[in-house]
Amino acid sequence: MLRRLASMLIVLFCVVSITFFLIRLSPGGPFDAERKIPAAIEKQLLAKYKLDGPILTQYTGYLGDLLHGDLRLSTKYRNRSVNEILAQTLPVTLTLGSAAFLLAVLAGLWFGAFAAARPGSITESMALALTLVSISLPSFVLGPLLILIFSIKLAWLPVGGWGTLQQLILPSITLAIPFASVIARLLHDSLRETLVEDFIRTARSKGLSEVRVIYGHALRVAILPVVSYLGPLAANLLTGSIVVETIFHIPGAGGFFVNSILNRDGFLLGGVVIVYCVLLMIFNLIVDLSYRLLDRRIKS
Amino acid sequence: MSLYLPKKSRLPFLALSVMVLTVILGPFLFPPSYALPGAMTYAPPSLAHLCGTDLNGRDLLLRILEGGRISLLVGICGAAISLLIGTSYGLVAGSARTGIDQGMMRVVDILYSVPRLIFILIFINSFNERLQLTASAHGWDWLVGSSRLVILILSLGIIEWLTMARIVRGQTLMLRERSYVAAARVLGEGYWTILWRHLLPNLAGIVLVYLTLAIPSVIIDEAFLSFLGLGVQAPQSSWGSLLSEGATSINPLRGAWWLLLFPSLALLTTLLALYNLGDALRRSIGAKGN
Repeated sequence: MLRRLASMLIVLFCVVSITFFLIRLSPGGPFDAERKIPAAIEKQLLAKYKLDGPILTQYTGYLGDLLHGDLRLSTKYRNRSVNEILAQTLPVTLTLGSAAFLLAVLAGLWFGAFAAARPGSITESMALALTLVSISLPSFVLGPLLILIFSIKLAWLPVGGWGTLQQLILPSITLAIPFASVIARLLHDSLRETLVEDFIRTARSKGLSEVRVIYGHALRVAILPVVSYLGPLAANLLTGSIVVETIFHIPGAGGFFVNSILNRDGFLLGGVVIVYCVLLMIFNLIVDLSYRLLDRRIKS
Repeated sequence: MSLYLPKKSRLPFLALSVMVLTVILGPFLFPPSYALPGAMTYAPPSLAHLCGTDLNGRDLLLRILEGGRISLLVGICGAAISLLIGTSYGLVAGSARTGIDQGMMRVVDILYSVPRLIFILIFINSFNERLQLTASAHGWDWLVGSSRLVILILSLGIIEWLTMARIVRGQTLMLRERSYVAAARVLGEGYWTILWRHLLPNLAGIVLVYLTLAIPSVIIDEAFLSFLGLGVQAPQSSWGSLLSEGATSINPLRGAWWLLLFPSLALLTTLLALYNLGDALRRSIGAKGN
């Protein structure tokens, strides 16, 4: 456990350093895109945003501020600190992400079990083909398609925006579908292997219904590959939400992330990356612990 | 290795070959005016323009074929780079001492759960200008125009090697226990010779299978980057950038559905063919999924 925490800190340190140097060592400063400013003013600006002095001093200064929980000021959205921006946008991204996460896991598990319960049938191969199609469809194609059908043609759901429950539905479906398909395929493959084992035959011979056999007995064993996919899933959802937020005009952290790259807004960029990584590491720790718990129960 | 293809992989292989040939040869069949901006903007599909025209009046079919060249190029080169990195990493990890092996695989686990594409976005942006500056300073004209593409291919290769490393490492662990490896060791062959002469040739099959499965992920990643405006940029286009153009032109005022439909079909066919080919090959050599 302690070793895990130590390695998390090391990874976080690497993440911070890599981001910092990638941004600071690229040619062009954050104030280059605007009209020419006098040298004296630029010097003051650089001093205000702590971008003056040798690069190593800047780096250690940044690390020091981070340790105090200060993610510094954004160079684009003047006078707003990165902490402020993240406090506003992160809850939005996290809500969308968690909704999509739940949806992907539940839909994926159900669909995978549905396909695996019909071995060798046409339904099974159709279901698997469907999952392949939805993995191959980028979310920026799926999103506009769903908008076209459900918002414009049927007028059931809003086109975009944020705040109501209705506005959450389409974005989370768009974000979840490809990953639900990945989970469905994972579960299908491992269920197919599990369903031929002896304890399943025992369960069947006890006269249990197929539903109880699959959900009560087989799923406990077959779910392990899915559990170890949850960590990568969370990372992919955070990445994917950048696109989905753009499509549905959601004021989340993803849009700020893309803009901060284009605007060379280093500290905002760094802030988003650091917070994302911390969240993912905590999540991975939880997944790891629950995996061990599940694994132990099976072994005993 | 013979050119025998397992039964289920023949159709996807055929579809893929047709796609590659059309993409390479197809653009030569069009009159030159089709590539230029024309008066007929947003024309729906017709006999003259089978897939319609885009917002500048260019022929969409021609753009799809040209975009396919870029998408496939990025996919194949990116996957090849990931193969190179993943195979060497997996091979070294699988044949090293347990401690080193576990450390190396722990790194892979960590990288799996880090938003890699996000780092790549930063990487692309900061290195692109640097490369462009270097290229123009040295007078490498070919590189100035396509520096973004080169960076894109490199960086996608850098992030997609993890699965390959896992597979190769698992296979190496299995192969190193075989008697012919022990025999080679008894005969006094060195570590690198054993890797190169005995382990690598036996990994070729599984590596090729996972190459077919890595290409679609690279193509999807490229589409993602291009959609955000950080991938392939005009005047070049890829399926991803065509799709993002199409996605923005779906609105209540103008239903230019063909701009979304035809690039999606091209992308979908290619990806499905690649997935099915990889899947069929994987089953035929009896390998399990990861």
